[in-house]
Amino acid sequence: MKHVLLLALAVAIFGTAATAQKLFTRDARIQFDSDTPMEKIQAINKSGTAGLDTETGRMEWKVLIKGFVFEKALMQEHFNENYLESNTFPSATFKGELVNLKEVNFAKNGTYHVRAKGKMTIHGVTKDLEVPGTLVVDNGKVRVNSNFNLACADYDIAIPGVVRDKIAKEIAVKVEAVLEPRKK
Amino acid sequence: MKKVLPFLLFIALVSGSVSAQDEGDLLSLLGDEPTTDYTTASFKTTRVVNGHSIENTAAGVLDFKISHRFSPVRNGVFDLFGLDGATIRIGLDYGITDRLMVGIGRSSKEKILDGFAKYKILRQSSGKKNMPITLSYLVDAQFKTYATNDRENLTSSRLFYTHQLLIGRKFNDALTLQLMPTLVHRNLTKTKAEKNDVLALGVAGRIKLTKRITLNAEYYYVLPDQLAPEYTNVLSLGFDIETGGHVFQLHFTNSADMTYKGFITETTEGWFNEPTGIRFGFNIARVFTIVKPKDFY
Repeated sequence: MKHVLLLALAVAIFGTAATAQKLFTRDARIQFDSDTPMEKIQAINKSGTAGLDTETGRMEWKVLIKGFVFEKALMQEHFNENYLESNTFPSATFKGELVNLKEVNFAKNGTYHVRAKGKMTIHGVTKDLEVPGTLVVDNGKVRVNSNFNLACADYDIAIPGVVRDKIAKEIAVKVEAVLEPRKK
Repeated sequence: MKKVLPFLLFIALVSGSVSAQDEGDLLSLLGDEPTTDYTTASFKTTRVVNGHSIENTAAGVLDFKISHRFSPVRNGVFDLFGLDGATIRIGLDYGITDRLMVGIGRSSKEKILDGFAKYKILRQSSGKKNMPITLSYLVDAQFKTYATNDRENLTSSRLFYTHQLLIGRKFNDALTLQLMPTLVHRNLTKTKAEKNDVLALGVAGRIKLTKRITLNAEYYYVLPDQLAPEYTNVLSLGFDIETGGHVFQLHFTNSADMTYKGFITETTEGWFNEPTGIRFGFNIARVFTIVKPKDFY
């Protein structure tokens, strides 16, 4: 009996340790939309990088501003040159952690509703941010989905008066990524 | 057994904590994939004032160009500072790829039809690939569509060709400079003394004053002993004002022509000697997306 208990204990501890991993991706898909009656703006970035430490719940995201593709080339140029000033601030980052890490079992396939809390830095301005998301654990891979809003004004993105009606006050951000252990 | 249990527990705990990281950057474990950052927006549009800039129209984009040049301002209010004597060029530029663009246009002065192709041979970039300059090649053909009665007119006598290399660099957000060695070939010249092949060196640049306004300057120096003495070099100074979809280029220049053969080889009035040929002109560029990037279908 003692042997069995001991073995079970060892397996349980070792088993947990084995699933404590760091998961990454270089192909996170990040889309943002600004919808106003005057203009519809949409941009897609398919090469965001993200990392998730399943043991501590720490999460980091980084996306290159120049990687956002717009339907109109001129809009893309204005976005980089005039609004986000991507030569000075090449990327946007989020560094935070899963608030309810204990509710997530990375060893068990399933869907988990989570909240991530941390600091978002865009255009050189850092702000506290807490957003909801979904993690779908699928045999060691984690599919992340999140939808949240960001305000241009929060990150010192200046919108000139002439186009104020063309850009929404709140920009809808959509994040989709599949994180997996780093390939060696 | 009692001896083994603590040992096992120790192993379990240790193996658990080995994977716990310090507070360093998580993404730095992934490592940085070096990328090439290609320079964009060296100029606000594909022309500086009269001649081309190192910018190309983006792939799938149509650029509608309306340009006016007016009479010299020296007559004052009488002809509204030259506005009465307007000439026009209407043109369409199209980006086939991000590096290759084509365009056509027609000017009211001499009823010239022009067509060109411009290719970006080298692109300024930093990062994985480092290239200090953008190098483009332009070939432009101009055709005088009407024939005069004073001589026997062969079609070929009304054709002009321009070859130009554009070598430019965006030094920083505020300053871009470019050099334009140019060859203008005239099938027919006015006199035997004039050369059919005229070599010129252009220099142009822009200073970005605000996010949406730049100051442009352009000068073409024709090498000596090629043209008749009455011709002079063209100097242009102006502002580019960018709005959502338009670029307005407002400038002063001493050439009445908007075609290469005109402003390089046929400019008669200078800026500073009497009578001054300083005249007002403007270009308006309006872009339309014809072919969207594939993600947007």
